[in-house]
This record gives sequence, C-alpha cells and structure tokens, in this order.
Amino acid sequence: MSLIQRYNAGEVSPANGTTHEVETTVKTNTPVNGEYRLLTLDAPQSVLDCQPGQFFHILCPVTKAEQPYLRRPMSIYGYSAEKGELQFLYKVTGEGTRALATLTRGDTLNVLGPLGVGFTIQDDWQNLLLLARGVGLATLAPLAQEAQRLNRKLVAICSARNADVLMSIDHFQSLGAEVITVTDADGTSDLENLRDIIEGRIASEGVDAMYTCGSNRMLKLLQEIGAKHQIPGEIALEQQMACGLGMCQCCVRSFNRKGTITQERVCREGPVFGIEEAMAW
Amino acid sequence: MVDLSTRIGSLTLANPIMPASGTFSEDLSEVLDLHQLGAHVTKTITAEKRGGNPTPRVCEVRGSMLNSIGIPSKGVQHFIDNTIPFYNAYDVPLVVSISANSADEFARICEQVSVPGVAAIEVNISCPNIEEDGKAFAMRPSTTTTVMEKLRSASDLPLWAKLSPNTGETIEVAQAAEEAGADALVVANTLLSMAIDIHTRKPKLGNLMGGLSGPSLKPIALRMAYQCAKSVQIPVIGCGGISTVEDIVEYLIAGATAVQVGTATFINPNIMVTLLGQLETYLETRNIADISDLVGSVRDEDAADSVVFMETAP
Repeated sequence: MSLIQRYNAGEVSPANGTTHEVETTVKTNTPVNGEYRLLTLDAPQSVLDCQPGQFFHILCPVTKAEQPYLRRPMSIYGYSAEKGELQFLYKVTGEGTRALATLTRGDTLNVLGPLGVGFTIQDDWQNLLLLARGVGLATLAPLAQEAQRLNRKLVAICSARNADVLMSIDHFQSLGAEVITVTDADGTSDLENLRDIIEGRIASEGVDAMYTCGSNRMLKLLQEIGAKHQIPGEIALEQQMACGLGMCQCCVRSFNRKGTITQERVCREGPVFGIEEAMAW
Repeated sequence: MVDLSTRIGSLTLANPIMPASGTFSEDLSEVLDLHQLGAHVTKTITAEKRGGNPTPRVCEVRGSMLNSIGIPSKGVQHFIDNTIPFYNAYDVPLVVSISANSADEFARICEQVSVPGVAAIEVNISCPNIEEDGKAFAMRPSTTTTVMEKLRSASDLPLWAKLSPNTGETIEVAQAAEEAGADALVVANTLLSMAIDIHTRKPKLGNLMGGLSGPSLKPIALRMAYQCAKSVQIPVIGCGGISTVEDIVEYLIAGATAVQVGTATFINPNIMVTLLGQLETYLETRNIADISDLVGSVRDEDAADSVVFMETAP
C-alpha cells in the first residue's frame, strides 16, 4: 500500500511517530570473530516496536580517521522492548563500519527507525525454512525470534566460508531453530548440496515458506524450488541508501511484477520483497 | 516575540525554512510535523512517467554527496490525484517543482499543475541530469529567456526559477529569468561533479556524473545568492549546503529572503524543525525583531567596485 493510501485509510497521520530519530547508548560493541562485531545499544521504547526484517539508518560517528557522511542502513539483529535493547551484527568493511567499530560502552549513537516493511509469517505457515550466508544471518535472526514467539517450526541453513565465520548458530538454536551448517571449506555449501537439503526437508517435514537475503545464488535457488513446489518465500534486499525514508529515490531495484519490470524503493516498499518478484543482479 | 514570516512576492510564508526539491516527500511526515515548515516543495515531476537513472544513484564524498537520480516520475496525473491532496491537508503553501526536456513541454506541464491547492511553481530549469551532457536551460541567458517566457504565459501562479551553478553567467541568467517574468529565484541547484572508485576504476555513479550537494556546495551557492540578490529586484531563495543556523543567517545576510534545506535532512530528518527553533533563538538573543532586518544586510560597501562582481576573482 502506498503512503497516500495508508494515509487515507487512517493508518498514517502527520508525524505519527512510527519512525524516530533517537540517541541511543552503547552497552557493548564486541568482536564476534575476525570480521564481524556485535553492537548492543540501550534504546528508548519508541524505537523498539520492530518487525523482523526492518532496518535502522545509523549515523556513524565521525572520528579522526573516519568521516562518514551519509547514514548507513543496517538490518536489525535483535530487539527487545523488555530489555530496552537494540542489536546490530556488522562486518567491518568501509568508512562507516570502521567508525562504528570504535564505539565503546557509554558512547552515544544516533539511529533512525525502525524502517521499511519486514517479513510476514502467515497464520497457516507452520514449517519455516531460512537460508542465509555470512552477515545475511543477522537479517534473519529476528525472524527466528518471531517464529519462536508464534510457535512455528524453523530450520535455519547457515552458510559461510569456513567454520570460523559461521555465526549465530547458538543464537538460532537458543531461539528453538534447527540449524544446518554448510561451509565452503567442507565443500558442503554448493548449490546442489543446498538444493538436496531443501528438497529433503520438503519431502520429510514439509516447508510452508522460505526466507533468504542478500545472495543472488540463493535467490535463484529458492525461486526455482519455490516455483516447482508452489512454496511462497520472501527475500530481504540491500541497496545503497541516502535518506532511508523514501524521499530521495536512490535505493531502487528492479522487480518483475507479473511480467512488468518495475522499480521499487528498497527502503520503503522493502527491504523485504516476495521471492518470486525479486530479480537477480 | 520574533517575526519569522517572510514574503516571496505575493506569497507570505510563516517562516523562511522550506525543504529543497528532491529531499522531501510525504514520507517525511512519519518523522517530522510538516505543519511547521514555511512551505512544502515537492520533488520535480515531469509530464510523462520516467524510470530514472541507473544505480548507484548516490555516493558520498568528503562531508557531502553526489546524486544522479534522474527525476523518476509517476507523471502529472498521479501527482494531481495523490500528492496535491496529501499536502492540502496542511495549511502550508505547496510549491510544485516541474521539469521538461523542451520549452514547449515545460509550458504544458506548467499549465497542467496550475490548479487549486498549488501556491507556486518551482521551475527546475537547472537540473544537470535531464538533458544530454548535463546541459540545462539555466546555463545560458538566451535559453533561460525562451523557457521562462513560455512558462510565464502558461500560468498565473508565482513562478520560482531554480538556477544552476553550472554556468559562468549567473547574473545574466538571473536577470534573464527576472525579465521573462520569474517571481523569485531559487539559488541554486547541485553542481555537476564526479567521483571514481580507485580500486575498480569505475565512476561511483551509474550515470557517471552527478550533482554535488551538502556543506561543500555552500560557499558556491552563497556566492550565487549574493550575486543574484545584488542584480535582481525579485526575491532570492537561498539553497545549497545549509546544515546549521549560521548557514541560514549567512544566506539571509547575503540577500536571501528564505532558504531551502536539502541534503541535511538525509543526515538528520528533523533538522528543518531544529533549525527553525535555533533561528528563533538566534534572533531573540540578538534583539532582532524581524528577519527582514537581516536580509541583504551584508556590509560589502568597503569592497572596491571592481571586485564585487568579478566572476574570475582568484
């Protein structure tokens, strides 16, 4: 639904406070392995009514060495209204994330969110399957949290280069998910093996919905399997953003909507889209 | 009590702060109370549906950004049916930004958006992306005259001409727009720029080049606002790199009667309302009762005549 439709339907009113720019305080910012860090923030309740798959737009600090300018969009790794906590799992790759890595306990961080349209879990979807690689697991972690809350069965297939960078296994297990790990090092992460694993699940337990993010190869695989077995699915996509709110129109991607190629904003119509309409890039 | 209201020709704004076209949409209402702005300025629309430029459409440079969005547009009818009613729920003047590839098309869309609920039309004669090689009407006085005359005869609404920094003839273009019937000048749009990734050796924008905006553009746009205010009688609206209250005051002193805030909203979506509060405090603490006391108050009388309009000053 477009904003104007939602506005007319009374769902959105001026400055209705669905999105907030707030100052948070760093609780911890610790390395998870050689490449990834986990940032835990003390956040106000106003920003903690999140949906799995939504993201925050983060104003990374300016340091002596790093001067990021635009905000950086980052998917939510964890949120808890009870604890007043917001978590992000990030890979240190560029100016923004290098600056984020310098934050220590007590530092403040300005965040804008929660933003975008998250994942859906329909009432009749009992057996959920998620497939993610590397930092993509971060995006899908809140989905496991929500599946647990809704008493749904979840199998999480986690892929990585090697066992050292496999993350979140314990986290997914603690949320009641069954975890299957595959790695490049073991030679188990290839598409054909993934296909066999997923087909096996469909044949045994059955799969009602599939979720993924980030990877072109995984998207294509799930599109094929979904089309073959008529299983719906969703994908969280990334795109470079400026405003994060839908104003600047920079974060568009192409989608195939019933044969028509349309451009949609990842920040506003997404970041979660139907697997069948997403286009490989 | 400070009087923040300002007049742009026949239009009175409750305060001088409004968004710059392209950095504002209905979406901002989720973060900010749109009632508080001096005016609402919509993203440029074209008559036809347009897809926009290839991605990446933005990149950041030190303390600023480049964009080449390419004016994606859902067309004029979608705008009239959806966007205008949304803004008419607010008691804030609505300024509609339009663009086109030819003077005749420009005049046609100008006429189409001259409807009740629209307070003024910002004519984007300067967008550096839309025409081949980044050329735009506002690069030359002659093309400015041609398009502004056609626009003038197409609408009775106030016309705000948005000028380009991509010209060596700022004053001549400003005067051409005024003579052809512009009611105000918006100074200025983005500056054509480029950035290259040294590792991949690829330009950082899908369109190769794009417009610079943000704090590094401010001295250039401020210089242009000053030159325009000195050389035309119609109001000048300052636009370019504003992110602090000092930036706003500087534009007012240079001769602007209102300002547009753009890229700063991407960094802090609440910034326009924050700046409004800061501007009020600034004026109160200095016992300035009316912002018109600041407008054009630059003390340039000591400068030698020869340097004032030197466009090639070292």
